[in-house]
Amino acid sequence: MKKQKLILIGNGMAGVRTLEELLKLEADLYDISVFGAEPHPNYNRIMLSPVLAGEKQVEEIVLNSREWYAENHITLHTGDPVTAIDRKARQITTASGMSASYDRLLLATGSNPFIIPVPGHDLPGVVGFRDIQDVETMLASARQYKKAVVIGGGLLGLEAANGLKKNGMDVTVVHLMDMLMERQLDKPAATLLKASLEEGGLKFLMEAQTEAILGDQRVTGVRFKDGTEIDTDLVVMAVGIRPNMALADAAGLHCERGIVVNDTLQTFDPRIYAVGECVQHRNNTYGLVAPLFEQAKVCANHLAQLGYGRYQGSVTSTKLKVTGIDLFSAGEFNEAEGDETLVLQDPAQGVYKKLVIRDNRIKGAVMYGDTMDGSWYFQLLREATDISSFRNTILFGQHDLGDAGHGEETRVGMLSDEAEICGCNGVCKGEIVNAITSQGLFTLDEVRAHTKASASCGSCTGMVEALLASTVGEGYAATPSKKAVCGCTSYSHDEVRKAISELGLKSMPELFDKLDWGTPDGCPSCRPALNYYLLAAWPAEYRDDAQSRFINERAHGNIQKDGSYSVVPRMFGGLCSADDLRAIADVADKFEVPEIKVTGGQRIDLFGVKKEQLPAVWKDLSEAGFVSGHAYGKALRTVKTCVGKNWCRFGTQDSTGLGVKLEELTWGSWMPHKFKLAVSGCPRNCAEATIKDLGVVCVDSGYELHIGGNGGIKVRVTDLLCKVESEQEVLEYTGAFIQCYREEARYLERTAPWVERVSLNYVKQRVVEDKVGRKALYERFKLSQQYAQVDPWKARAEGAETHEFTPLSIDRMRAAS
Amino acid sequence: MNDWIPVTKLEEIPRLGARKLQAGELDIALFRTGSDEVFALRDRCPHRGGPLSQGIVHGEAVTCPLHNWKIDLQSGEVQGPDQGCVHSFAVRIEEGVVYLDIASLESAA
Ligand SMILES: Cc1cc2nc3c(=O)[nH]c(=O)nc-3n(C[C@H](O)[C@H](O)[C@H](O)COP(=O)(O)OP(=O)(O)OC[C@H]3O[C@@H](n4cnc5c(N)ncnc54)[C@H](O)[C@@H]3O)c2cc1C
Ligand code: SF4
Ligand code: SF4
Ligand code: FES
Repeated sequence: MKKQKLILIGNGMAGVRTLEELLKLEADLYDISVFGAEPHPNYNRIMLSPVLAGEKQVEEIVLNSREWYAENHITLHTGDPVTAIDRKARQITTASGMSASYDRLLLATGSNPFIIPVPGHDLPGVVGFRDIQDVETMLASARQYKKAVVIGGGLLGLEAANGLKKNGMDVTVVHLMDMLMERQLDKPAATLLKASLEEGGLKFLMEAQTEAILGDQRVTGVRFKDGTEIDTDLVVMAVGIRPNMALADAAGLHCERGIVVNDTLQTFDPRIYAVGECVQHRNNTYGLVAPLFEQAKVCANHLAQLGYGRYQGSVTSTKLKVTGIDLFSAGEFNEAEGDETLVLQDPAQGVYKKLVIRDNRIKGAVMYGDTMDGSWYFQLLREATDISSFRNTILFGQHDLGDAGHGEETRVGMLSDEAEICGCNGVCKGEIVNAITSQGLFTLDEVRAHTKASASCGSCTGMVEALLASTVGEGYAATPSKKAVCGCTSYSHDEVRKAISELGLKSMPELFDKLDWGTPDGCPSCRPALNYYLLAAWPAEYRDDAQSRFINERAHGNIQKDGSYSVVPRMFGGLCSADDLRAIADVADKFEVPEIKVTGGQRIDLFGVKKEQLPAVWKDLSEAGFVSGHAYGKALRTVKTCVGKNWCRFGTQDSTGLGVKLEELTWGSWMPHKFKLAVSGCPRNCAEATIKDLGVVCVDSGYELHIGGNGGIKVRVTDLLCKVESEQEVLEYTGAFIQCYREEARYLERTAPWVERVSLNYVKQRVVEDKVGRKALYERFKLSQQYAQVDPWKARAEGAETHEFTPLSIDRMRAAS
Repeated sequence: MNDWIPVTKLEEIPRLGARKLQAGELDIALFRTGSDEVFALRDRCPHRGGPLSQGIVHGEAVTCPLHNWKIDLQSGEVQGPDQGCVHSFAVRIEEGVVYLDIASLESAA
């Protein structure tokens, strides 16, 4: 089959990133040609600021060398802008008169600096700040002349001013507003910033409106509306950018402020895609790389004809790349009416932090002087995390929090340089930051290659990303709103689950193939997660893969530190008979079990059983009527109960009986993480129901259902979900809640962080308000239970998976031969 | 000198899994990769003695079930900057039967 032709117009950061993502997915689908107006291969535009400041050389910022294009069979035309697109003929023409035809076209023309159309704006010595040529012009002026004016006190203007100052020029920043960076900062932060830049030698003219640029052969000065003038040899215009859409507009593509695209980055002509700063998506345009890289990924997914990626817009955050100044802002940092603000101000240390809060969620953040927690706040903002439980310490940073409820990535905080980040490889924070700055690392993989941090188990990936973000700024090559499952893929947990159901993936090899897994058979991080996702999606069809389970779930016992196992028979609701106890005692005697203990979940634990003994132990227990207690799995653990109204004088309902019914309904179910239930017979709550994943508290008039509790390292008390009137409803709501968690939480995410992430209101909506939806969830749960409630012990006692439990022996082999 | 003795059939080891093999006092872990190669290592993690036969096999490596050290199946070397090495034994497959070189056992004992 003849390959389709893909043409990229615009050899810049977003366009080439899209090609890279595409090559990762489908290397051979297209014949690719690239047309770029600039004479260079793709370089890191962000790094123009350090180049101007003399901290980097142009050669160091090239991202894709000409060899890269050749190796990937991409034809590159540089220094030859495209001048027209003929959509009927599917052809483009360039300035040099070349023409080429396409099957698909990708526009990534970036944006142009906005040049204020005052008299004199076209004089020599007036430049924008956009590309290598601009930087070369500025550097040449700095060698020859003394004075510079930068018009615009935003991010770009200040970086330009800082760079020119570093080159020895006398720099004045002219700004229309009364504060700097008004689009990224609030007043107090802007005041601190201005003071410290002035200390560094920059001059400022605030509230000054430019009227004309003076000069005949070359600029000599600038005149303002109020009639004052200032002498200068160079004018840098940094008052904003405009999406570069002239070419698209002329070709009849729908453009507003940018080229309008849909969620798959297609323009109104479905053969033509557009990404980057030239694009307008859901009414937004972007001027930072992180969202553009997200667009690139989705666009590549669609170009590769996979089509399950969607771009839904991004929230961005900003850092200023001026050495010695720490500044961070994100979201809606100026409070609107009704918002609350949390502020920390320490003028002596030059520290200022402000969080804007609405409905207990962070809407915006501004930080100056101390930005260590910027990426943490940004994460809370993006994930719309409910902060009520830690809002009184939130300004002090996340080192004030434990991690149980929040996952590893929220710990980086204001750790000291000696703090260990990667436990696997023993890499501390200082080493990572140092490697990033001294070797100019830009991506997570580079940090892994250089420092090994997060290269092994990957559980510290979140922290390393946070370090990367706070060190490099938003330019680092990670997509902000999602996290990959593991190093084998770039897809997030949610994307993988979506692909499983939408593409109907029913086995692991099929999944690895369709989603282009980076390793032939995954790794210990992704395999158990994928096995669970497949099982949860296809309860009837998927055959569990024992080799993708952690040993506890494979051996159906908890591995102890000496390699022996513990055995916990299930006792529904904690009830048992004298015969049950005798049977357990008999097993303990027969197999010389070294220790017996009652567990926190009201069950009996037999410790120190050898692996080889397990099937025989299970056989005896199974004959006495016991099934596995799943005390070892990411599964339904126990339903803890109090004695309730049968015996207790305070009891309002039959809590023990209800506990038995709940456990009969739910046992055997596999979950994203372990799951515990409890039922208390009255609000005295003897069964500690309010620190369980789901707790029932009986009252006179019915049953309160509480969710999302956790009694681990960081205790979290449950949230009240609702109150119901009958036992039947308790069962239905519980089944529905569990199923919702099973279908939507990420693997290894307990209910506590899950509820915080998706919000209590969301869970209420799904399980309480949406009656039809609840019934459907409950039905799906019961369906999956038909396949899950097979006692693994009985099966193994009867001979299933014997190879797991019977060691081979050389002596036996020898005897046989 | 090699001294090959048959220890099991290939099909007795689960793909991407392992079997424990007792050779007198010595516990050996036999691993089978996704591409049906078989490797043998001493069943004791160089970190704190975890049973490697209980770990997850991926590529040509196994990850220890106790603290996630990753060990190369071919060489027995610990991967990454963690230091350590576990004894590996020569294995051969012929017509679906797995042979172990017991001459190499003596050197390990
Ligand atoms: C000095 C500076 C500092 C920055 N700092 C940061 C930062 O700290 N963090 C951050 O996130 N972002 C930063 N940015 C913004 C970031 O660089 C841009 O968002 C990003 O480069 C945009 O990518 P793009 O592919 O859309 O456009 P570009 O990278 O501009 O690529 C567009 C390319 O298309 C070419 N082109 C245009 N028209 C045609 C045509 N008709 N034919 C052929 N080629 C054409 C252009 O010449 C250009 O090479 C900075 C930008 C600058 C200038
Ligand atoms: S929770 Fe209430 S009903 Fe249950 S044992 Fe305690 S006091 Fe009695
Ligand atoms: S509390 Fe700690 S020591 Fe005790 S069983 Fe749990 S993990 Fe082990
Ligand atoms: S014993 Fe193997 S990693 Fe600790």
